[in-house]
Amino acid sequence: MATVFVPSLMQSLTDGKTRVQIPGATVRQVINNLESEYPGFKARLVEDDRVKPNISVAVDGEVTPLGMLEKVNDDSEVHFLPAIGGGA
Amino acid sequence: MTTTTDYERNMILSSQEYNVVGTRPIRHDGADKVTGRALYGADFDTAGLLHGKVLRSPHAHANIVSIDTSAAEALPGVMAVVTFADFPQVSDGTVDFGEEITTVHDLQSNILARHKVLYKGHAVAAVAATNAHIAEEAVKLIDVEYETLPSVMTVQDAMVDGAPILHESMRTNELGATVDDKPSNVAQHFQHVKGDIDAGFGEADVIVEREFNTVTVHQGYIEPHAASAFWNTDGRLHIWCSTQGAFPARDATAEVLRLPVSQVRVTPMEIGGGFGGKIPVYLEPVAAMLSKKSGRAVKLVMSRADVFEASGPTCGSNMKVKIGAKHDGTITAMQSYLAFEAGAYAGSPVGAGAQCVFAAYDVENAVIDGYDVVVNKPKTAAYRAPGAPNAAFACEQAVDELAIKLGMDPIDLRLKNASVEGTRRPDGTVFPRIGCVEVLEAMKNHPHYSAPLGENQGRGVAIGYWFNVGFESAVNIAVNADGTITLVEGSTDIGGSRASIAMQAAEVLGIPAESVRPSVVDTDSVGFTAVTGGSRTTYATGWAAYDAAMDVKQKMIERAATIWDVDVDSIEMENGVLQSASDPELNMSFSDLAAQMGGTGGPIVGTASRNAGGMGVGGGSFAGNIVDVEVDPATGKTEVARFTVVQDAGKAIHPSYVEGQMQGGSVQGIGWALNEEYYMTDDGTMANSTLLDYRMPTSLDLPMIDTVIVEVPSDHPFGVRGVGEANIVPPTPAIANAIHSATNIRMERLPMSPVAIMEETWKQS
Repeated sequence: MATVFVPSLMQSLTDGKTRVQIPGATVRQVINNLESEYPGFKARLVEDDRVKPNISVAVDGEVTPLGMLEKVNDDSEVHFLPAIGGGA
Repeated sequence: MTTTTDYERNMILSSQEYNVVGTRPIRHDGADKVTGRALYGADFDTAGLLHGKVLRSPHAHANIVSIDTSAAEALPGVMAVVTFADFPQVSDGTVDFGEEITTVHDLQSNILARHKVLYKGHAVAAVAATNAHIAEEAVKLIDVEYETLPSVMTVQDAMVDGAPILHESMRTNELGATVDDKPSNVAQHFQHVKGDIDAGFGEADVIVEREFNTVTVHQGYIEPHAASAFWNTDGRLHIWCSTQGAFPARDATAEVLRLPVSQVRVTPMEIGGGFGGKIPVYLEPVAAMLSKKSGRAVKLVMSRADVFEASGPTCGSNMKVKIGAKHDGTITAMQSYLAFEAGAYAGSPVGAGAQCVFAAYDVENAVIDGYDVVVNKPKTAAYRAPGAPNAAFACEQAVDELAIKLGMDPIDLRLKNASVEGTRRPDGTVFPRIGCVEVLEAMKNHPHYSAPLGENQGRGVAIGYWFNVGFESAVNIAVNADGTITLVEGSTDIGGSRASIAMQAAEVLGIPAESVRPSVVDTDSVGFTAVTGGSRTTYATGWAAYDAAMDVKQKMIERAATIWDVDVDSIEMENGVLQSASDPELNMSFSDLAAQMGGTGGPIVGTASRNAGGMGVGGGSFAGNIVDVEVDPATGKTEVARFTVVQDAGKAIHPSYVEGQMQGGSVQGIGWALNEEYYMTDDGTMANSTLLDYRMPTSLDLPMIDTVIVEVPSDHPFGVRGVGEANIVPPTPAIANAIHSATNIRMERLPMSPVAIMEETWKQS
């Protein structure tokens, strides 16, 4: 199962847990399963079946442009980060 | 004057040698650039072209009560006038510029103010006329009635209870949750936590804690924004503009005008600098609407004052940093508070600043709080490693102070705590292979670090980090019968990327760089390609060129197999020569085969579309500085006496352009450190909106910037790391640390101008 790192400002949803093990082969599945186990996550993270514009998802260290579609492996780490505002 | 040194001024600590990659061919666009034939945004011309002018707000904060355009419309020669009322209503969707995300609503309101102006210079209306003089007269005839409101210019003022509110509907958001139902200028708060911060400070023998402030600065690109548009009678809109990304400019314009993207074509003109500031659109939708109303092509060009007052500078900031360490130099805890100005609409670079602030340090315990705060200034845009220079100004000075308190060499302290492959940053993500240690070691080994200092001189060091961004790029290659190739790409060439991308294709095909003819084309002529930004172009578009060249190579092998009537798998192509493994007599050069294309199966083309991932691909790049300054004790004037920049390039495709990026970023950092600032009056006016008064460094202000390219390969086929940004991160703290070394004054604010240094001197005495 993937390891989801719970941002400090969302740990009220996980009773203070900083990391949780969540099954899922994509970010969408991980978020849906996270919601099943810890209700409230999806409303914080998702809008119209897309990750909210002010939030980024990083899988295995990279902020993915694929959002909900990004593949997740059993040993993946998933992070929810503030979206990077805007170099060259 | 020629100067000689007893060391190499431009070193390359190389990891691997290639035939083309790593050489220094003349850039393909060089002749056009140096002879003045290259066409920039303001050079656009066509039959019947109208000239536009934008009316801008004289107030920093005001409600728009009414706009009367009748007198302007009546002026002979005026062909169209537009206000916000001419634009379609937009939804709450977002526009993703690649390095910047904004809502369509905010983007449209920034292009032409909706009901309220939020900064002096905010566009209110625009005119198209038969010449620029009439347009200028006409905007003066537009009568706007304002109800002025109190304004707020700094994050500290914007965050206090009772501060003037810019957006009544704005509520502070904490990762998807609204904090409370009170209007606020704080658009977002977030926090990164790693380990136990209290325990970390509990373990510390020495603690350093300071507060720092920086002010608004501009990218200072030499070419002002320019956009021309022609809205054809068939509904198709064509735009010619100075942009860092033709596709994002197309998509943003389409969103603002509620058009399908297929109806909009953007032709990127040559660009006279951007540094992130030419990612957003400002003029394009306005020129389009003026064209729609007038039926003619319309050109809009910003003045320098417009650029300063109404494009996207980078943010001022208020930052607090606390760092604890053991006597042996082990850092036990790092904490920071970062509050960044977003300008008039949400979206400061505080997120990136927070991810970069402690990136160079492998620390067990850390907390970072970030605040995105709106103020009555132009909406900030990306500027070279957006957010990271601010954060480094705070962090790297605190680390310097820590080294002094510990009695340690400042590079040794950094080496002891340096991030390596596997280091988990405070934001939780883990570094792949990176070159932080290698950059620090190259700094320590450089002759500059042990050179003697003169009277009133001091030396400072600092290190900084910026990500690599991946995103999407497309490249098409066609083989010509004379043994050359044409390469079509969608990446705006800002720093010599035509050459660096062409060289990667040339390396794969075993042909000289001069045998590649690269072209940057419009949005109808190549697949989607994201912005030239985020240090991504040589990495991602270069990787797409590599893939397209591999496609060509495979087709060349297949064609040779057909000609020789041998198995495809028996043929190899190395260094531009096709060779049959089964028959040594069967071989021919790339050019020989290219000449036979016509009679053996037709044209050979290669295509590639690469999604190179998101932010953080390849591990990013570290850069470090060694700086010597001389501070005049009587005036506070600081001269940069010597400056060395070290940066991990992964693999320098064209070392001259890598060195150019390193020197350019360093120079911008020197300007940011010593002189540059938006000097704001109490009423929200920028008092120095000319290049005479906004003091950027010239060659007369600078020493030769020495460079060291470190090569720690990334996951890219040639090991490339983007080099456009990390180099601007360390200069401000390195110079501050050098000033401290020279004067014993710790500068907690930017710019470190003579006035600022004398004020601190007087405080100390």
